[in-house]
Amino acid sequence: MTNNFEIIRAGVNTTFQDQGRSNLYHIGIPFSGAMDNRNYSLANKLTGNKLNSPVIEFAYQGPHLKYTGEKINIAVTGDVVFKIIKSGNEIDGNCYESYQIESGDQINLISTNKSVYGYLAIGGGLDLKLQWNSCSINTKANIGSNDGKKLENGQKINILNINSDQTKKKTNYINSKVENIRVIKGPNFDYFSEEGKKIFFEKEFTVSKLSDRMGMRLEGSKIENIVNTNIKSEGLIKGVIQVPADGNPIIMLSDHGTVGGYPKIGVVASVDYDRLVQISPGSKIKFKEIELSDAQTLFKLYEMETQNLLLQI
Amino acid sequence: MIKNISNLGDAAVYCDFGSEVNKSVNSEVIKYFKALKKENVESINNLTPSYNKLIVSYDLRKTNFKEVKKLIENLNINEAQHKNNTKIEIPVCCDDQFSLDIKRLEEKLKINRDKILKNFFSKEYFCYMTGFIAGMPFLGDLDENMRVPRLETPRVKVPKGSVALTEQFANIYTFESPGGWNIIGNTPLDIFDNSKEVEPNVINPGDTVVFKPINIEEYNSYNDK
Repeated sequence: MTNNFEIIRAGVNTTFQDQGRSNLYHIGIPFSGAMDNRNYSLANKLTGNKLNSPVIEFAYQGPHLKYTGEKINIAVTGDVVFKIIKSGNEIDGNCYESYQIESGDQINLISTNKSVYGYLAIGGGLDLKLQWNSCSINTKANIGSNDGKKLENGQKINILNINSDQTKKKTNYINSKVENIRVIKGPNFDYFSEEGKKIFFEKEFTVSKLSDRMGMRLEGSKIENIVNTNIKSEGLIKGVIQVPADGNPIIMLSDHGTVGGYPKIGVVASVDYDRLVQISPGSKIKFKEIELSDAQTLFKLYEMETQNLLLQI
Repeated sequence: MIKNISNLGDAAVYCDFGSEVNKSVNSEVIKYFKALKKENVESINNLTPSYNKLIVSYDLRKTNFKEVKKLIENLNINEAQHKNNTKIEIPVCCDDQFSLDIKRLEEKLKINRDKILKNFFSKEYFCYMTGFIAGMPFLGDLDENMRVPRLETPRVKVPKGSVALTEQFANIYTFESPGGWNIIGNTPLDIFDNSKEVEPNVINPGDTVVFKPINIEEYNSYNDK
């Protein structure tokens, strides 16, 4: 018999994700991959997986799963409220701690707390069909495992092999919130009026409900364009902030289209990307200008911190 | 020639080839794209050529702007490798059931159907870039008298395989998607095959494309072969 998780409730936007797919932008295929890279790596490390293994990513409300099979370990990362149900007893789950699950046990990932994405890693190999070397599901382009579609109620997640080391692993980590999202000026920064530039770096914006894995839409004071509201379509990367004619910025996230024709006012510094994607709709966001050299140094420090966290597990 | 190299955030290089959109500028972009692709640099994780820009994204854990900029500046741009581009023939059926915007084209261009099709099928097109949706080729240039703007209201669903025109370009919808281009016909050929792990695109930036007219019988039997 195969070891598997049955999906009792799929959740809002539950997908398989890994490190994403590279070198395909030139044919129009997005990078995708886990939105919050630090939490993705931590989840894998806690279950003894290779750091680039597939995990289950969920947004807001996560899945409710029932397990059938041999003993296996799991871990949840992010800021997630969840319960483990063992023979009728509910246990409050802690993030950043591995749990051993037995046949009949259930995991109920109730919700992310004042954040967006959470991760569930399963100690072993998931039976997934990869597309271009990645399981990452892009629901807009229907690319990736599960025919590029989000997970649904009643589906089964099959386990190919189970990690033998199931000793309990845990780490103390608290997701820090950022006050300001640091941004490097974009190539079309001077397309905007002096007032528009001031608004961009001084005013608060609200994250719109229309945000998803493709992009984060912001609402606030309009940023006035004084040159041209369209440019010839050109390549995008994650973190690019485009401002269309309506003056409301849109930040490109991991499933973004590969080219776009709106002026780029700025690009989010890599150091703040993991924390940016966790800002939930309705929350306020403020940008702060940063130079390239500082952005590089801060990212190095952030990476060192991630490596240290991984080493502690 | 690259006019200016700057940073796009902290994880990409923005190569600016100027503001013009023509074949000679785009050929330069493609030359750099191909030369960089051939180098197969491990720290570079994406190359995005477009009309007059090339974006080189890299893994900031492995390299940085200065290093990648230097690599681009020292590239050996080989003329020869650009000349052996492939020429691809795409069968297109312009039967009434497929050429959804032929009336609009006749009205906007003030040319009759036969002349529009004659012009469309007589030209060789150059692939400037692919993208927007996976594998969609942007092919140019249409003659000045063949250029029309986008539809005022885009379609919610453009059928897969639709061949469509807007301004100086023709494109092909690689799968059903929303879109506002003027549809002239449909190809039975799979332009983008997502089951292929390698080279899922039939048309790549820098390729030459010619369209070949086929009738409805040929269209219907095309995939039976």
